[in-house]
Amino acid sequence: MSDFFSAFMDDLPQLRSGLWVTLEATVLGALLALALSFVLGLMSISRLLLSRGVSRVVVEFFRGTSLYVQLFWFYYAMPPLTGYELSPLLCGVLAFGLNYGAYGAEVVRGAINSVPRAQYEAAVALNMTPLHRMRRVILPQAWVQMLPSLTNLLIQLLKCTPLLWLISAADLMTAVEKLRSRTGETLTAYVTLLVCYFVLAYALTLLMNLLERSAKRRLGLETGGRSLLRSRSGVTAAAAGGAR
Amino acid sequence: MNEGFDWNAVGEALPLLLQGFKVTLLATLLGTVVAAVLGLAIAVAGRAPSRFVTVPVRVVMEFIRSTPLLIQLVGAAAVFSSVEPLTIGVVVLGIHYATYTSEVYRAGIDGVPKGQWEACRALSMSPRRTWQAVILPQAVRNVLPALGNYAILMFKETPFLAVITVQEMVFEARAYGADHFVYTEVFTLAGVLFLVASYPTSLLMRKLEKRLGH
Repeated sequence: MSDFFSAFMDDLPQLRSGLWVTLEATVLGALLALALSFVLGLMSISRLLLSRGVSRVVVEFFRGTSLYVQLFWFYYAMPPLTGYELSPLLCGVLAFGLNYGAYGAEVVRGAINSVPRAQYEAAVALNMTPLHRMRRVILPQAWVQMLPSLTNLLIQLLKCTPLLWLISAADLMTAVEKLRSRTGETLTAYVTLLVCYFVLAYALTLLMNLLERSAKRRLGLETGGRSLLRSRSGVTAAAAGGAR
Repeated sequence: MNEGFDWNAVGEALPLLLQGFKVTLLATLLGTVVAAVLGLAIAVAGRAPSRFVTVPVRVVMEFIRSTPLLIQLVGAAAVFSSVEPLTIGVVVLGIHYATYTSEVYRAGIDGVPKGQWEACRALSMSPRRTWQAVILPQAVRNVLPALGNYAILMFKETPFLAVITVQEMVFEARAYGADHFVYTEVFTLAGVLFLVASYPTSLLMRKLEKRLGH
């Protein structure tokens, strides 16, 4: 056990760069997913049949085929087919972003639909332009609804990043795997890795809770300090972002 | 390297992938059963009157739910190296998803009107009988669609099992791809098979959900 931790200290630079790759994949993937969620989500409530159709097809496609298959497709199948070779990290960001963007689109759609109808009508009565209406009335309310589900999706995305190890990106898992094979401390290595991920997940949850609080404040909803430390609830994952 | 799409390879790989698909389905089915049963147990344990039960249950659940399935799988396979990979895969998948399904059950149990509990107390039923005869039959009916959703999610995560050498569909695809150097074809085929299997199922679940009025 102490062998493992002395090796752990020796390998600190690699571990740090591995952690960095993991975080990079998570953050960039999440940003891509967020952008896609809004684009696809807004397209799916559009009045145009074409835009609704395109959004539907894209969402069902990326949700229906497994993330694992998508990642491998970008890594193995795309180079011979198109002649472009992507770096492992980029493959990861693309696959995570597209997959979770598809799940996020449903979250965005659901949240916008859950804003009371009267709010639309009031905004129309005040002669707001559609853009103004969306930006000042609908989205701030929908955003509060979305955040818990988006937090769940973000954590799920983080939990998928060890897949990068399989396509030989030098992520956190890769660094710990190397450490494990050198020291032979299997159980310690994996428990350490799990704890690292748990800490990351909790830190991200806290950040998202802060974001949720500030979004609620903008609507004049006050939340207590205790809610900041709250962990996620599993039900919203199923209800909004999960499957269907 | 740009040789286009090799249809012959698709034809050749299809039987192999379908062979693996059976294992995929088996793993999903068994994993769902484990998750459904264990999730119920966790949900009931989470309602125990003593904090010495509920707090550890919550902590362990939160830990399992916040950490990657892949590491849990690889770790379990390395620690229990003598156990058959499929068994490890099913158990780990089942435990991982049980932490999610337990929340579903919890919501289902919370949805049972309070009067039902009071009626049971008034009839001086034992806790066991209360759960068995009154609470669970009402709770479980409402959670079926949500459990179905988790089964679909699990189905899409079964490729993780390939990492611990369970010979499911993606394992077969990778093996065939490596032998014949036709990754494009086999991974596209695997994606299509996933889509073909999961889309109708999720449509079905949505219908079921609407009928039960969710």
